[in-house]
This record gives sequence, C-alpha cells and structure tokens, in this order.
Amino acid sequence: MAGIDLESFASIREANIMKLKEFKQNGGKVVGRYCTYTPNELILAAGAIPVGLCGTSEKPIPAAEEVLPRNLCPLIKSSYGFAATDTCPFFYFSDFILGETTCDGKKKMFELMQEIKPVHVMQLPYADYEHALDMWTEELRRLRKRIEDEFGVKISDDDIWKATDLVNRETVALKALCDLNQSDPPYLSGIDLLTVMWARSFNCDHEELISMLQELEKQILASPADPAKSGARILLTGCPVGTGTEKVIKLVEELGASVVAMENCSGYKTLELQTEQSFNDPIVALAHKYLNIPCSCMSPNPYRMELLDRMIDDFQTDAVIDLTWQACHTYNIEAFEVGKLVKSKGLPYLHLESDYSNSDLESLKVRIEAMLEMVEK
Amino acid sequence: MIVIGIDIGSVSAKGYIISNGSHHRTIVPTGWSPRDAGQAIIDQLLDATRIERDQVERIYVTGYGRVAFEQADKTITEIKCHARGIAELYPEIRTIIDIGGQDSKVIRIGEMGQVLDFAMNDKCAAGTGRFLQVMATVLGLDVSELGGAEEPGQMQMISSMCTVFAESEIIGSLARGNPKGGIIAGLHQSVGKRVAAMARRMGVREQVAFTGGVAINQGVKRAVAKELGTRIIVPEACQYTGALGAALLALEKG
Ligand code: SF4
Ligand code: SF4
Repeated sequence: MAGIDLESFASIREANIMKLKEFKQNGGKVVGRYCTYTPNELILAAGAIPVGLCGTSEKPIPAAEEVLPRNLCPLIKSSYGFAATDTCPFFYFSDFILGETTCDGKKKMFELMQEIKPVHVMQLPYADYEHALDMWTEELRRLRKRIEDEFGVKISDDDIWKATDLVNRETVALKALCDLNQSDPPYLSGIDLLTVMWARSFNCDHEELISMLQELEKQILASPADPAKSGARILLTGCPVGTGTEKVIKLVEELGASVVAMENCSGYKTLELQTEQSFNDPIVALAHKYLNIPCSCMSPNPYRMELLDRMIDDFQTDAVIDLTWQACHTYNIEAFEVGKLVKSKGLPYLHLESDYSNSDLESLKVRIEAMLEMVEK
Repeated sequence: MIVIGIDIGSVSAKGYIISNGSHHRTIVPTGWSPRDAGQAIIDQLLDATRIERDQVERIYVTGYGRVAFEQADKTITEIKCHARGIAELYPEIRTIIDIGGQDSKVIRIGEMGQVLDFAMNDKCAAGTGRFLQVMATVLGLDVSELGGAEEPGQMQMISSMCTVFAESEIIGSLARGNPKGGIIAGLHQSVGKRVAAMARRMGVREQVAFTGGVAINQGVKRAVAKELGTRIIVPEACQYTGALGAALLALEKG
C-alpha cells in the first residue's frame, strides 16, 4: 500500500539478532519463550529480555522427526527441530527456555528439550476457577524465584508493576493497529498484518516497539484506503501462524480476498487482555490476565467464542477460515463449536487441516476458492 | 448465445455446449495433458454441432485441470459447478455426493442451487475412484465391471480404509476362498461408509443426488443409500453435471 513502509518491521528480526548479541556480551540475560501464556512482565522486571522462538519453519522438521513422532503438530516439531539443530540464534542466546504445559505434545516435547538447554516449565491449569487461579499464581511465584536465582537479581513488586504498564501499553498499541482493519476496505492486507504481528515478538526494546506501532498507525491513517482491497473479508482463526507458515493467508489474498483479522496467537487472541493495576499483588494481577487467554487448551473455553462472535461483527466479516495444524487435537475438536457459531451467524465456515509443507496447496486452494464463490459480491 | 462448459477431471474431461437452448456433450480421457484434453473437448463439440470457434461467446472451465487451460474465460470450482448442474436437472435436490477419480465431496445446496456448505476428502485415495481402481486390478477386473459383479448377500466386509492394507486384505480374503462378489460388495460398502460419514457430519438433507464417475457403479450407489438410509438419485449423465454447471454459469455469466 502506498505510503506505508513495513520495512522497519520486516527487518526487526535481523536487527535484533545484533542487539541481542551485544546485550549478551555486556552480561545481559535472555529468556526464550514460545507461547502467549509466558508472562513477559516477570522477565522484563528482572531486567532480562524475553525473545520469541518461532517454530514456524518447515526446515528443521526432518531433524526433529529423528526424535519426535511424525504424527505431531508441526509447530512442536519445528520448535524442537530448531533447538536440536542449533540453527536459531534466539535459541542460542537464551539462558534458559520458558515453557508451559499447554497441550500434551508441547509439554512432553519440553521434557526432551531439557536435554539441550535448561527449560523451566510452568504448570498451567486448564480453566478459570478459584483453585486454578491459586495454582497459577503459585506457578508465577515459582517462576519469579527461578528467574531471581538463575540471574542473581531481586525482582521487586515495583519492577513488576512497571513492566505490566509497559506490556499493557504495547498491547493497546497493537490492538489499535489491528482495529484499523475494521474499516472497509481494510488498511492492511493479511500478509502485512502478519509481518507486523510476527516481527514484534523478536523486538528487544518494548518502548521502541510501541513508538514504531504508533508511528505506523499514524502513517496508515494519513494515507488513502486502497479500493483494490474490496474483496471478501476473511477472519482467520485457529492455530498460530507465522512468517513461513502463511500459506493460507497467501492463498486467500491471491484469490482476491483479504484476511482482515486473525483470532489466533499471532493476532488478536490476547489483545483485549490487560493486567489490572487495581490488585495489591502484581503476581495475582498477572495470574488473572494470563488465565483469561482463550487458547483451546482451556476447558471449557467460552471466551474464545465470545471474542469470535464480536470480531465477526466488528471486522465486517464475510466468512471465517479455521486453520488447524495437523495433529492439534484441541483446536481440531474446538472447530466443531466454532463452526456452529459461525454458521449460526449465517456465514460460510471453512475448516482446514494442514501442515507446514506445500504439498496440499492445490487442495487448499479449491476449498478456499469454493468458499469465496459462496460470498462473491 | 453459444457457450461451452468443460470439466477437466483427473481421469476424464467432460464438455457441454449450449447453443441457443440445445445441448450437446462429449467426454475424453484426460491422459497426461489436461490442456490437450480440453482442446479435444472443444474440437469435438464444435465438430459435432458444426459451430465455429468464434461463434462461442464464453468458455468456463472447472475441475483439477482448469488452471492449466488458457482458453478459459473464467475458471470455477467443481463445487459450484456441480451445484449449478444438479439444480438444473433436479431442483428438489439438497445434498450432492460426488465421488470422482481422486476425491470425494459432499455439497449442500439451497433452493436456488447456491452452495450452502461443502466438505471434501482428497487426503488419501480411500473413498475415491482410485481406491476402486486399485482393488479392481487385484480382483482381475476392469473398474467398470465392479458394479455388476457384486453379491451383497455374501458381503465380506473390508476393515482397512488404507489402500495398501485393503489390497492385502483382499488378497488374503481371496486366498481363504471367499466369493469375489461378496468381497466386491464389501469394497462398495466401505466406500459408501466413508462418504456417508462425511455427509452426516455436514447434515444430510433430502433429496440426495450421487454424481461423479463412481456414481455409475450401482454397488456404490446401493451402499451409500444403505448407509444414509435415504433414497438416492443418480442423474442419467452423472459424470457430466460439473460440465453442465460450468456451461450454465457461462450462459448466465455467473
Ligand atoms: S495456541 Fe495456545 S498453546 Fe499455542 S501459542 Fe497460543 S496460547 Fe500457546
Ligand atoms: S498448534 Fe495445537 S498442538 Fe500445536 S502447539 Fe499449539 S496447541 Fe499444541
């Protein structure tokens, strides 16, 4: 789109490898993380840097399959593969890895990853009820202690509050940017949206990221909307998507439609969640926020349906695509509920099951094309 | 107005020409070149109807080979074309089951022939024409002979849906002296089960039409009807519904 420059975002990953290297050389500490349940605030409060480890490339999967079963979610295989082949600089720089017991595949994979690098696994309860909250609060305290011991620092409550403020502001900035796409035609293509959302997890400096996001928002608002993007408006939901695994978004946009929003971990899933600063204890405040994440690992998971319901309206959605990575049982099963919701709103719903390879591009394309024919304007 | 609809499938290419209300159709094997097959369809249709190429207003193309065919004025998915074709032939149909050479699909359609929902299986050969083809070879028959050779009264159920395992299961079953007709009935039943499960998941509305090359096989039709517990209509020219739909959409500029 004219006037909008995503180059600064597209180059975040490269630029931050250098920054991290310097940071480490000066004695800085780094924590590698995979999932949105990771409380970045605690890492930031310790003066350390949380970095996103992606697991969105097909490349290290064959190496992973020497250890892991083939019939496993590609995200898990890719994550492990990068670690096993030592080909991810962010993994290399990490002092330890932070994992959570989200789905079965991941928690068992972390047991194996432990042999490559220290992994701290947080035990995640699967619902939002009282003793679940107590347990999760204790898990956050355990993590706080682990970080303090590991890095030889003291994390004060004040440090945590400061970090929550930073992360809250970043979330507001991200949400504002995503919300721009509620307009018709949308400002950002799905690929642009993904570029921004994916790159942000590699950025070390969160203040800088907030200014970048705000700057981008201003730029976008100042440039005219692109009438070429007037095709069908698609909401993407399901498993996380990243640069390298954007094939469904690409196909949708090659066929003339736009992915206007993504209800997944690379998109909007967590953007409504803020750490409430009214609690006395910042750890309790964090526990509340994170336990609200509408991941399919939660049981039941009503907030995801509420969020989808609202997003379908807010983003003037014409159809919903639900992407499940092969062997992801939780999203695969939850697809039934999502389908019911979408169809009850009178919209076409397409459930796709795929992996990171390109072998099914043609068959994905037929399905997407047929769905777009259903909403042809 | 004169229009052509072509459906280039994995096994055969089908064509329909509509010229001022009258129809003519043809079929050729796809072979290794979808482009040549499409060209052959056009040549044959024009030849048979004594129409010149430049009298043809529009050509719409569907099926797996659609992207390889440059003469298309528009390409449309098989799903929409089947729905349109069936709506023309049988307006009361609400569910279409289509089993072709390499995939099977279920399409739910509305009163105007519009697609309401669809499901598709193309991940493995099971439940497709390819599956039956492989099994026919094991039994020493041509795939077109399967329908007439089954004996449902002596049904030998096949438990494997995987083509490779089903093949060895049949060999074992033959070795044990089980009747061929019963084994064939079992094969049909397993294809029927598979596609019926897909249809039920989407919600079957009567009436149900069965299309695609495999619909010619009376045994699979019997099996699908039994699994779904409904009556099933097989259009007289069940292979041509996609091409007919493409031609009608070309006529309507849809
Ligand atoms: S989908 Fe669930 S498990 Fe996966 S990254 Fe998101 S929150 Fe974590
Ligand atoms: S996509 Fe599913 S299986 Fe894969 S890591 Fe996330 S929750 Fe687990």
